[in-house]
Amino acid sequence: MVRAVTTQRKALNTAIAWTVGLLIFFPILWTILTSFKTEAQAIADPPIFLFFDWTLENYAVVQERSNYMRFLWNSVFIAGGSTILGVIIAVPAAWSMAFVPSKRTKDILLWMLSTKMLPAVGVLYPIYLIFIKLGILDSRIGLTVVLMLINLPIIVWMLYTYFKEIPGEILEAARMDGASLRNEILYVLTPMAIPGIASTLLLNFILAWNEAFWTLNLTAAQAAPLTAFIASYSSPEGLFFAKLSAASTMAIAPILILGWFSQKQLVRGLTFGAVK
Amino acid sequence: MGRIQLKQVQKKFGDVEVIPPLDLEIDDGEFVVFVGPSGCGKSTLLRLIAGLEDATAGHIEIDGDDATMLPPAKRGLAMVFQSYALYPHMSVRKNIAFPMRMAKIPQDEQNRRIEAAAKALNLTDYLDRRPGQLSGGQRQRVAIGRAIVREPAAFLFDEPLSNLDAALRVGMRMEISELHKKLATTMVYVTHDQVEAMTMADKIVVLQAGVIEQVGSPLELYRAPRNLFVAGFIGSPKMNLIDGPEAAKHNAQTIGIRPEHIDVSTTEGAWQGTVGVAEHLGSDTFIHIHGIPGCDPMTVRAGGEVLVNHGDTVYLTPRAEQIHRFDAQGLRIG
Repeated sequence: MVRAVTTQRKALNTAIAWTVGLLIFFPILWTILTSFKTEAQAIADPPIFLFFDWTLENYAVVQERSNYMRFLWNSVFIAGGSTILGVIIAVPAAWSMAFVPSKRTKDILLWMLSTKMLPAVGVLYPIYLIFIKLGILDSRIGLTVVLMLINLPIIVWMLYTYFKEIPGEILEAARMDGASLRNEILYVLTPMAIPGIASTLLLNFILAWNEAFWTLNLTAAQAAPLTAFIASYSSPEGLFFAKLSAASTMAIAPILILGWFSQKQLVRGLTFGAVK
Repeated sequence: MGRIQLKQVQKKFGDVEVIPPLDLEIDDGEFVVFVGPSGCGKSTLLRLIAGLEDATAGHIEIDGDDATMLPPAKRGLAMVFQSYALYPHMSVRKNIAFPMRMAKIPQDEQNRRIEAAAKALNLTDYLDRRPGQLSGGQRQRVAIGRAIVREPAAFLFDEPLSNLDAALRVGMRMEISELHKKLATTMVYVTHDQVEAMTMADKIVVLQAGVIEQVGSPLELYRAPRNLFVAGFIGSPKMNLIDGPEAAKHNAQTIGIRPEHIDVSTTEGAWQGTVGVAEHLGSDTFIHIHGIPGCDPMTVRAGGEVLVNHGDTVYLTPRAEQIHRFDAQGLRIG
């Protein structure tokens, strides 16, 4: 039996949900609002919420001072590249773990995930040295590979859970029908797992887009993505809140819009295939 | 051609021996049914032939060539699965075309075979639908269509009818039998349903715990079961097995008599008992009778018009020439 929910109760729940939602969203909203204020209004005490002289001046200054499009292109390249590269490696890996597991498969999965528990700064030094030796410091390719490796455990885990939902008999049928391993993955497994692969792509694109530790430490001018763009407006320039907010807004806008249009896929991705 | 030979084939999962080494020969064009209770290894045996499982030891030969190490795709066999295993993202046409696409058969030849298979299986109107839009019976037909177009050396069926309702199952049973008559291709069919085995097979292989208990035509198995297991498994309702003094009279540890080989009388007979449950099917009546020493209850098949009630006293007489005798090891005597 479905539990009876009174109208009052529903209204209360809705109010609570909205309050929590707005609380979480408030810092982003405040950043966006601040980006339209003058520097003086941005640090006014008491703070001004909505009634100020709206201005686009900060955006003009930010665009004039640094080339937004270059940072944006770097972000797209690094996030997109690392995600696609990761999926190409993870699909066969997840296939073997889901459909031909060995005794150690579970251990390997856990071990892979455990690498995510390591503080990134712990391997900064060796990776930095490797980058110098290979001459890929401040290069898009180098950063793409590092971000791919960092997100690979999550990609494999997600694909593994999606693949587990696909009945093994269908893949056996493909084998009986004469499909080689490559064709089995290409024509049967992948099309059936499209929703799962899409949410994996999306989530990892966002993770790579937002990644700040490696992008800040391994780039200077050439390969710097939007995270570095924001950072360049913080400490060294002093307290230019309005300009910093404008830069932040420009940096998060693409991913915010992408996230908004793909909410459904994203929720499925975040629940790791547990909710159908 | 589709001659399959298993030579000392063995299968272990870890330390568990699912199939002890066994030999089996399947002749070209034969309809062979593997039958046995759940977990008897019949599906594993089929999967070994298909190549979906690797044999732990022994050899599998297809048309005289050693196929033991060949991957499934290279064995030239087609399989129909219990769950149909259709590709949900492809139309019926693409599902049927898939094995031909993998074999790189020219497009016009593909179309010709698809049309022919669709016509034979009544699927012509459904070719552009997805499997999700079809009924169970139609899906099964698509799975069969996908198997036919490959023109395989042999068809393997893994309990293909167990997901269908009773009426559909009888219909599909006939269709598969007719298909076999028409194509004259070897078919290996796995089922736990002895009625399917009896009605479809040229040759039945009865399995228990991975061991072949008997191989023979349906009537051979019915008339001369090699041991108690086969005696109890083949035939519906089951054979009555009688122990004790009654069996000793026939110089046996156990005797068996089928329900249809016992005459019922209300006045006289060899054994006396009381009627328990009587199942009236119209054409037949199955009467369960209590009080027969060594066998309780005893099942008897009587004519549809026989009217007996719970608690009535009846007399039973087995037909002497139809009594099966078994020794202490459960093996047939004579």
